[in-house]
Amino acid sequence: MNESLRQLWDYLGSDAAWSGRNGLPALTWAHVQISLASVLVAAVVAIPPAAWLGHVRRGGFLAVSVVNIGRAIPSYALMALLLPLSLRYGFGLGFWPTVAALVLLAIPPIFTNTYTGVRDVPEDAVEAARGMGMRSGQLMRRVEVPVALPLIITGLRVSTVQVVATATLGALVGYRDLGTPIVTGFTSGEKGGLLAGAITVAALALLTDGLFALAERRLVPWRSPLGRAADVAVIPEEAPALISTANPTGKGQTR
Amino acid sequence: MTAGLLGGVLAADEPFVRWDWVSDHTDEIVEALWQHVQLTVVAVAIGFALALAMALVVTRWRWTFGPLAGFAAVVYAIPSLALFGVLVAMPAFGLGFRTAEVALVSYTLLILLRNIVAGLDGVPPATREAADGMGFERWRRLTAVDLPLAAPVIIAGLRIATVTTVGLVTVAGLVSAGGFGELITDGLGRNFSTPIVVGAVGSVVLAVAFDLAFVVAERLLTPWARVRVRRP
Repeated sequence: MNESLRQLWDYLGSDAAWSGRNGLPALTWAHVQISLASVLVAAVVAIPPAAWLGHVRRGGFLAVSVVNIGRAIPSYALMALLLPLSLRYGFGLGFWPTVAALVLLAIPPIFTNTYTGVRDVPEDAVEAARGMGMRSGQLMRRVEVPVALPLIITGLRVSTVQVVATATLGALVGYRDLGTPIVTGFTSGEKGGLLAGAITVAALALLTDGLFALAERRLVPWRSPLGRAADVAVIPEEAPALISTANPTGKGQTR
Repeated sequence: MTAGLLGGVLAADEPFVRWDWVSDHTDEIVEALWQHVQLTVVAVAIGFALALAMALVVTRWRWTFGPLAGFAAVVYAIPSLALFGVLVAMPAFGLGFRTAEVALVSYTLLILLRNIVAGLDGVPPATREAADGMGFERWRRLTAVDLPLAAPVIIAGLRIATVTTVGLVTVAGLVSAGGFGELITDGLGRNFSTPIVVGAVGSVVLAVAFDLAFVVAERLLTPWARVRVRRP
């Protein structure tokens, strides 16, 4: 360990660690960029259909399947599969295979949480809104989505933390981010950059989680009727065969 | 290029899958499958034992849930590549099976702990009191009443942990632990898509197979759940 720590110290003392496109600031920025891009695309793709399905209260099976399938496909395998295709069709190394895999990784939690959140908006609130003369579109925009917001944010939180963590693997298909010094360390045996990259990316993932926790508190000061948002991060636990059994989140059991 | 793991650019006339390579390398593929199964089963088994112990501590001393789940959540947020990287940098670990297992076990803890606790919490208090009234001791009540009733939720956690682990094992190929990840890494290094496809498809099929095995196991372990009162 001492040897590794000494290499880390040396690395942190070198110019290479702090400047240029392989320096930690540039790598961190690249990491943040690709993560944000992936989550944004996933949110745009996943939220509207999920909110609509929740609104019409259909597609529960789809919501569960999306999560189960998403979980079974490993991101590393997906990136590796996309790389030769990306090269062949002129999209090149790195960015595109990574973004595509990250978007697919980010969709399931956002989709399921949005769907469940909108579907479980209390019947009274929906009835009241209809009684006030709201049409479907208004109802969704002004009642259902705001009430479901805590859950939607939880979905975004789960997705973003996973994406930040998994973007590291992009280095294996040639995207230059905080995974790069880790992968270089694996092949060269140089532990300084490896440890610096690993610690930075772990800190970034935890920071992301912390920022979302803060945002949840700021953006959703009211208590959701759906219960504490953080509890519902485990919704996907409901697999098709288990729908009729106890829900591991405890959600719904108290009613 | 940047990574030093990637080979040259794929030739334009190279097919996506070379079936002759697959038939020539069945031994290698079967070995990767076996290693993948081993890495997964060992990680989930150890993770389950640890999570069960933690859950029992939680049922006894409720306040420990926050710190234990918080610790597991922090570990869960650490990128796998970073955790493998830190472990590889430690002289006690280095490359190989043990390093892979330490990381894989760590990732199962959060899901398993949460589900075991949720399952035990879901046991109806009346049932528990009935067991106490019948003179069941603590341990006997746990094994004969609490755990069987919590089984569906615990198995749901095991399913998720196992499927997630199968995916993470592909990354473990990078620390020379074997499994389908090594086929993928090998394919990336030579820019040869066939082993990548075999490794990717293999791990997805394995994940689905484990998932189905748990569905069957759950039906066998909870025969009472099949007898349902038909609702009008």
